[in-house]
Parts: sequence; C-alpha cells; structure tokens
Amino acid sequence: MAELTKKDRMKIPRQDMPVQEPDARVKNFTEVALGFTQELAQLEAQRCLQCKDASCREGCPVEVPIPDFVGAVRDGDMAKAVEIMKSKNNLPAICGRVCPQEVQCESRCILGKKGEAVAIGRIERFVGDYELAHRTCDVKKGPSTGKKVAVVGTGPAGLTCAVDMGIYGHDVTMFESLHTPGGVLVYGIPEFRLPKSVIRSEIENAACALGIEIKASHIVGRTLLIDELLKEFDAVFLGTGAGLPMFSPIPGINLNGVMSANEFLTRVNLMKGYLFPEFDTPVWVGKKVAVIGAGNVAMDSARCALRLQSLGMGNAGPDSEVHIVYRRSAEEVPARQEEVHHAKEEGVIFDFLTNPVEILGDGKGGVSAMRCVRQKLGEPDQSGRRRPIPIEGSEFDMEVDQVVFALGTNPNPIVFVNAEGLERKRQGTVVANQETGRTTLKGVWAGGDVVTGAATVISAMGAGKRAAADMNNYLKDKSAW
Amino acid sequence: MYKILEKEVLSDVTKLMVVEAPQIARKARAGQFVIVLMHENGERIPLTIADYDRKAGTLTMIFQEVGKSTLEMGTMKVGDEFKTIVGPLGHPTEVENFGTIICVGGGVGIAPIYPIARELKEAGNHVISIIGARTKDLLLWEDKMRAVSDELIVTTDDGSYGRKDLVTVPLKEMMESRKIAKIWAIGPAIMMKFVSATTEPFKVPTIVSLNTIMIDGTGMCGGCRVLMDDGAKFVCVDGPEFDAHKVDWNNLLSRMTFYRGQEQAAIARWKESHKCNLDRAVAEGVK
Ligand SMILES: Cc1cc2nc3c(=O)[nH]c(=O)nc-3n(C[C@H](O)[C@H](O)[C@H](O)COP(=O)(O)OP(=O)(O)OC[C@H]3O[C@@H](n4cnc5c(N)ncnc54)[C@H](O)[C@@H]3O)c2cc1C
Ligand SMILES: Cc1cc2nc3c(=O)[nH]c(=O)nc-3n(C[C@H](O)[C@H](O)[C@H](O)COP(=O)(O)OP(=O)(O)OC[C@H]3O[C@@H](n4cnc5c(N)ncnc54)[C@H](O)[C@@H]3O)c2cc1C
Ligand code: SF4
Ligand code: FES
Repeated sequence: MAELTKKDRMKIPRQDMPVQEPDARVKNFTEVALGFTQELAQLEAQRCLQCKDASCREGCPVEVPIPDFVGAVRDGDMAKAVEIMKSKNNLPAICGRVCPQEVQCESRCILGKKGEAVAIGRIERFVGDYELAHRTCDVKKGPSTGKKVAVVGTGPAGLTCAVDMGIYGHDVTMFESLHTPGGVLVYGIPEFRLPKSVIRSEIENAACALGIEIKASHIVGRTLLIDELLKEFDAVFLGTGAGLPMFSPIPGINLNGVMSANEFLTRVNLMKGYLFPEFDTPVWVGKKVAVIGAGNVAMDSARCALRLQSLGMGNAGPDSEVHIVYRRSAEEVPARQEEVHHAKEEGVIFDFLTNPVEILGDGKGGVSAMRCVRQKLGEPDQSGRRRPIPIEGSEFDMEVDQVVFALGTNPNPIVFVNAEGLERKRQGTVVANQETGRTTLKGVWAGGDVVTGAATVISAMGAGKRAAADMNNYLKDKSAW
Repeated sequence: MYKILEKEVLSDVTKLMVVEAPQIARKARAGQFVIVLMHENGERIPLTIADYDRKAGTLTMIFQEVGKSTLEMGTMKVGDEFKTIVGPLGHPTEVENFGTIICVGGGVGIAPIYPIARELKEAGNHVISIIGARTKDLLLWEDKMRAVSDELIVTTDDGSYGRKDLVTVPLKEMMESRKIAKIWAIGPAIMMKFVSATTEPFKVPTIVSLNTIMIDGTGMCGGCRVLMDDGAKFVCVDGPEFDAHKVDWNNLLSRMTFYRGQEQAAIARWKESHKCNLDRAVAEGVK
C-alpha cells in the first residue's frame, strides 16, 4: 500500500474481528473471536498515526512500545513486531485476548478522542498468534549463574517471573498445586475465550527453551513448605493468586445448585465437564440460572451456563435462561466490554440494581427461588462508584434452580504455613513492595493477585517482571536485601 | 511417578493399593487424605491415607468401588501409574493421651480409622475399636485393628461374622458402662450420622471424618462445604475431621447426592463397555 496521509488513515473504520455467530457459538466451546487475518491486521495498523509521544503506551501497564509494533505490522514485518512485543510482554497471544484494552492502551489512543481508538488488542493478538505459529523469537537461557529459584504458582505472575529468571540464567523450578499449570488461565477462563492450546504452547515452549522444571500437584504449605524452599533455593517468588471464593452471608447458600463460580468454572474448564461422560467429572446446569456479580468471572460463568444448557445438560429445557444479577447499574459493570457485548448477543439476561437476600429451597435439597431486593444508587463509596442502597419493600422472588456466586476472591492462605515473618493484610493479601515485589520475609518476593487481590492478567505479569528484575539484582549481590 | 507397587483385593469391591509418592509420604500424618487422578480424562477423587511408609516413600490407599472412577481404579494393575496424586491434604488428627477412647470404623472406613487408632494407642490411650460391615466379605483389616487396640468388637449387619448388630449398639453399651473420653468414627455418611446421634445424649466428644464431594482439595472451589452450627466450613481445609455434634447431617447427605444422575449414567456406560469387552472376549474364546 502506498504511504497514506493522516486524513486517509482517519477515514479507515476500526476493523472488527471475525466471530462465530451467536446462534452457533452457544452450542460449542470453541473460540468465539476468530482473530484478524493478515489483511485486516495490516488495514487496522494503517489507522495508527504513529504519534511521537504516544499516549497509548502510558495506558499499558507493562509499557509495550505500541506504535513501534503496530508500525511493524503495518509494514508486514511480523518478526520485528514479535520482537518488539516480546521485549515487554512475554505472552501477547494471551493478553491480546483477555486484557481490558478499553480502559488501558485503547482508552488513551488519540483517535479515540473523536472517533474510535486503534484496535491495539486485536493487533496484539494477531502478533501473538503469529509467534505461536512461527516461533520467530525464541527465548534463550542466559549464561548459567548457578543460582536456584523457586516460583510458586503457574499463573501469569509466576510464568512471567520464571521466564525472565530463566533468561537471566538462573535455574528455575515452578510449583503448582493443580495438576495442570496455567493458573486462572486454565481453570477459570473458558476455552471459548482463551483456548487451552495457546497456554499449553506458551508454557511448553518456555519451559523447554529455558530448562524450567514444572512440578505440578505440589502444594506449597502441604507437600512442601516455604521455609523448606528457602533452604533449597536462593530466592522464592510467590504468585499464588487469589483463589479463595466468597459467598454472600445469606440463608440458603448450602442448598444443592448453589456454588461458587470457581467450582462451576473449574468443573467446566480444568476438568472438561462439558465433555462428560467422555471426561469423568460431572457438571450440572439449571433451567434458570442466576449468576451473582458482573465481572469477567460472572460473564464467563453465565456464558458457560448458556452453553451447557444448549448441550442439554442438567435441568436444561426449551425455555432455559441465564441471568446476571448485579447490585449496581450497567455503568459500573467491571467486566471487559467485549465480554459483556458477547454475553448479551448470546442471550444472557441482565438484572441490574438487584441484590439477593435469601436463597429458597424446594424442600428436596435443591433451589426453587432467590429472594431479591431492588437497589438504587446513592453517593460514591470508597471505590468511587455510587453505592447501591436497598429500596425498602421492594423484595421479590426470582424463580431459579441454580445460583452461581461470582463475587470476587481472596488469596488462598494454604501457602503461608511456616512462613514466619511474612506479613499480610486483613484481606489476606501479601505485603510487598510495589516496585520490587519484596515481601517482609528475606528471600521471598510476591506479585500478582496474591498481593493486589483479584486484578488482571497484565498487572500480574507486570508484577512478575518487576520482581524478576529485582530478584536478579539481589542474586548478583547477596548483601542487599 | 505415582506407580502402583502392590495391589491387594480385600473383597469383591474393596481394593488396597500401595503407591509410590515419596514427597507426600514424607509429610503424611494420620487423618489426612490425598486426591488422585487416574488419567487426563479422569476425575479428581479424594482418598484417605490408610497408611504410609516414609522410608520406602509409599502411601497405602483402600477404596471401595462405588462409581465409575473407583470401578476403573479397581482395574489398575501393579506397575500402572496415576497421572497425579496430590497431598497430604486436610488437618491431621489431634493425638494426645485422652484416657479411654473408642475408634469406630464402618466398611471401607475401617481403613482410615486404622492409622488414627495406631497413633492414639502409641500416645498411651486405652483404645477400644468397634469395626463393622454389612457382611463378612466387606470386613477388612481385623488383624491390623486388633494389633493396635486394647479391645476389639466386630459387628456385621447380617450376622455373618462377629456380633449381629450395627456399630452403634456396642457403642451405646460402652458409653453406658464406661467412662469414655472421646470417640472417632469413620464410615459411610449415614453411619456417622447415627454414631453422632448415639453419642450426643452422653455428651462424649465425637470426631467424624467427612467425605463430601471435592475437586481441588485446597479451599478453592467450595464444593466440599458443609453446614456446621457456626456456619459453612470447607471440609478439605477446615477438616476433614469435625465435631460430629455440630454437623448438619441432612444437608451433608443431600449434597452428596447432587450429581447422582450423571454418576449413574457414568456407571451404566462403564458397565456397558466392559460387558462388551467381556462378550467379545467370550466370543473370541469360542472361536
Ligand atoms: C473466570 C476468570 C476470568 C478472568 N478474566 C480476565 C480477563 O478477561 N482479563 C484479565 O485481565 N483478567 C481476568 N481475570 C483475572 C486474572 O485471571 C487474574 O488477575 C490473574 O490470573 C492473576 O494471575 P496470578 O498469576 O497472580 O494468579 P493465578 O492466575 O490465580 O495463578 C495462581 C496459581 O497458583 C497456584 N497456587 C495457589 N496456591 C498454591 C500453593 N500453595 N502451592 C502451589 N501453587 C499454588 C494456583 O493453583 C494457580 O495456578 C479473570 C479471572 C477469572 C477467575
Ligand atoms: C476426605 C475424603 C476421604 C475419602 N477417603 C476414602 C477412602 O479412603 N476410601 C474410599 O473408598 N472412599 C473414600 N472417599 C470417598 C471417595 O472419594 C468416593 O467414593 C469417590 O470419589 C467416588 O467416585 P466414583 O466415581 O467411583 O463414584 P461416583 O459414582 O462418582 O459417586 C459415588 C458416591 O461417591 C461420592 N463422590 C463422588 N465424587 C466424589 C468426589 N470427587 N469426592 C468425594 N466423594 C465423591 C458421591 O457422593 C456418591 O455418593 C473419601 C472422600 C473424602 C472427601
Ligand atoms: S495513541 Fe493511537 S494513534 Fe497514537 S500511536 Fe498509540 S495507537 Fe497509534
Ligand atoms: S475441595 Fe474445593 S474447596 Fe474443598
């Protein structure tokens, strides 16, 4: 394509990604968004104005040089695009699919001021997928330092830290409590949003290139303890996430059909319950499902429920429904925009300003209804969002037979056995230095959800990367803790 | 890893396996459990550590074939490997010298009560054990239990061996005639419910080991939660042992039936495919 003028570029509309149509995709678990073609990626990249002081970059938690990689895509130099991307982000195929770009890089894009931002996330995914298919930029282990590093947890924080430590030349061993590495990326986020093959490929590739040993089914705090790790390893990174589910303290939560999003999603994703009986773990779906909450976890639960209903599992029938029940309004919904959009297209019903107060039994151990109260929005609370206030006398019963709680999670305390001196806050999050990831226990770093509470993939990766840099400095000069 | 070193058929439906798991054996204590996964398509199932050998790096598990996964596990042979065994999970039994105590084991629950009885005996307790099963064939480890007990009572529901009684009958007699400091009971949920009801009027502290449905075993899913007097608890991390008198037994029993539809379908499918194999084998034999 000939060099375009700024005006020409601004005339190109933001390119949509091809997707599976809603009618078809609710009947399967394969990926919804199919990704840009080379042509679409290049066309979208043409929209970028290559700003000098690119503000998009400031919106990126790991400061990917966005105009540079977008420029390389535009020129069709994919190997270069991958190299630029990987200088800051080890896992673009994953981030391109799950980052909330609309509140990060894309929210700062200059084009967004008048029209639509460059679809940075979609281009990023294209770059990531290119790398998965071609492997033009393989990581290499640095000259061996002889230092041993333990990384606990194989989610995005742990993986990023492990890869960087391997590149620095240290010997890395990863410990994971589940039987499959990947953290939330494998047990939480469904196949139709992030194919497991992407994660497996990234992990296998890194482990092989950097000689990282992954010990699955090793629970730190049970199979082995932090103080034992400190004896065997020169440095320890904790990236154990925030996996402990929360339930509302309301009557009826122990009825059959009431579950945490973690249980529901783990059965579906990690254990492949949607392929029962080919896979042995059963999963149950109701005829009328209420998912409580409106974050990514809630959207994933609702969309899994829809799919299981289409497959005729559990109590599903011809007039099955899935509801998102949220105590605030549409404006406060914390989920990624694309997920909300996809969920609506697929037929998920949104009940805003609604809060459950009791789950009612059917007399046989199951659920017959959920008693709810309507809410109105008051003054902003600590989070800056308007506080929901119950409207007196507005109680009503919603007929449901399944209730899935997606109300957020706290760090799992199981890892902290024999970790004397490792300070934690009230919610159970680890106290760690923002810049370096150092905890209050010598030789132990932490990052990701275990420090911040439930957050994002990219913030976990950023924390893993910063910690790795500091761990590397520390290992080179033992004195400075 | 996780290779089966020994296999013993204790009854038609009860099997014992000794598996290689040095990391877990190093840490295992009485009262704890592991979660095993046979293969990629399998289900994570919890099993109590019936015994362990730290030096040999092995664990002993005893299981009853009640569904698809345990039936399939029953077909595994010496030399086969599990995809995963993870643990040790849950809190170990709190062992001290309480005085005279009773250990009640029902059916396959005799296996997990054994290491507890052994540790209690080693701690100086006077150990009375009551073990029972539906019928003689389902009784196991009588000798091992006798070796760690000061007194042993054996019951069967049908009277085919020992006393013809439910375990709760001798249990009640004991409490009526002796001063009992504490009771441990492990067996089917329904047995533990009745043990609890039997001991409650005597106000003898009673510990049960609950076998709710689990996935991760680390507190992550909440599927194992049980209602106690003071709210919901997660069996995998808060237990598996609990004060029997605080458990909401009806809720527990109800939650254990939640996946029954799918479990039955899985069993039918398993039996069907095995019958086919059998038919084929027979047909080929005839040829
Ligand atoms: C359903 C769902 C959807 C989400 N969608 C998005 C999205 O679209 N975009 C986005 O940016 N974010 C999303 N998030 C949030 C994001 O996934 C997390 O913020 C991120 O994964 C945190 O990474 P982490 O490495 O800190 O922890 P995790 O990914 O939680 O990984 C921690 C790992 O440590 C392991 N572990 C825990 N304890 C131990 C122990 N004692 N010993 C050994 N291993 C242990 C765990 O099993 C786990 O594998 C979603 C989260 C969920 C649950
Ligand atoms: C802490 C703990 C320790 C246990 N120890 C032993 C033991 O030492 N020996 C033994 O024989 N059994 C033990 N069990 C029970 C054993 O895990 C189940 O019998 C087994 O999972 C059944 O699987 P299945 O596919 O063969 O049967 P299914 O057909 O799936 O189910 C049959 C029965 O097992 C229960 N069950 C199903 N799935 C699970 C699951 N994932 N976790 C727990 N229960 C389930 C169901 O409620 C049902 O009543 C233990 C359970 C727990 C929680
Ligand atoms: S702000 Fe937008 S237009 Fe400018 S460099 Fe970044 S992506 Fe391109
Ligand atoms: S088994 Fe998942 S929380 Fe207990």
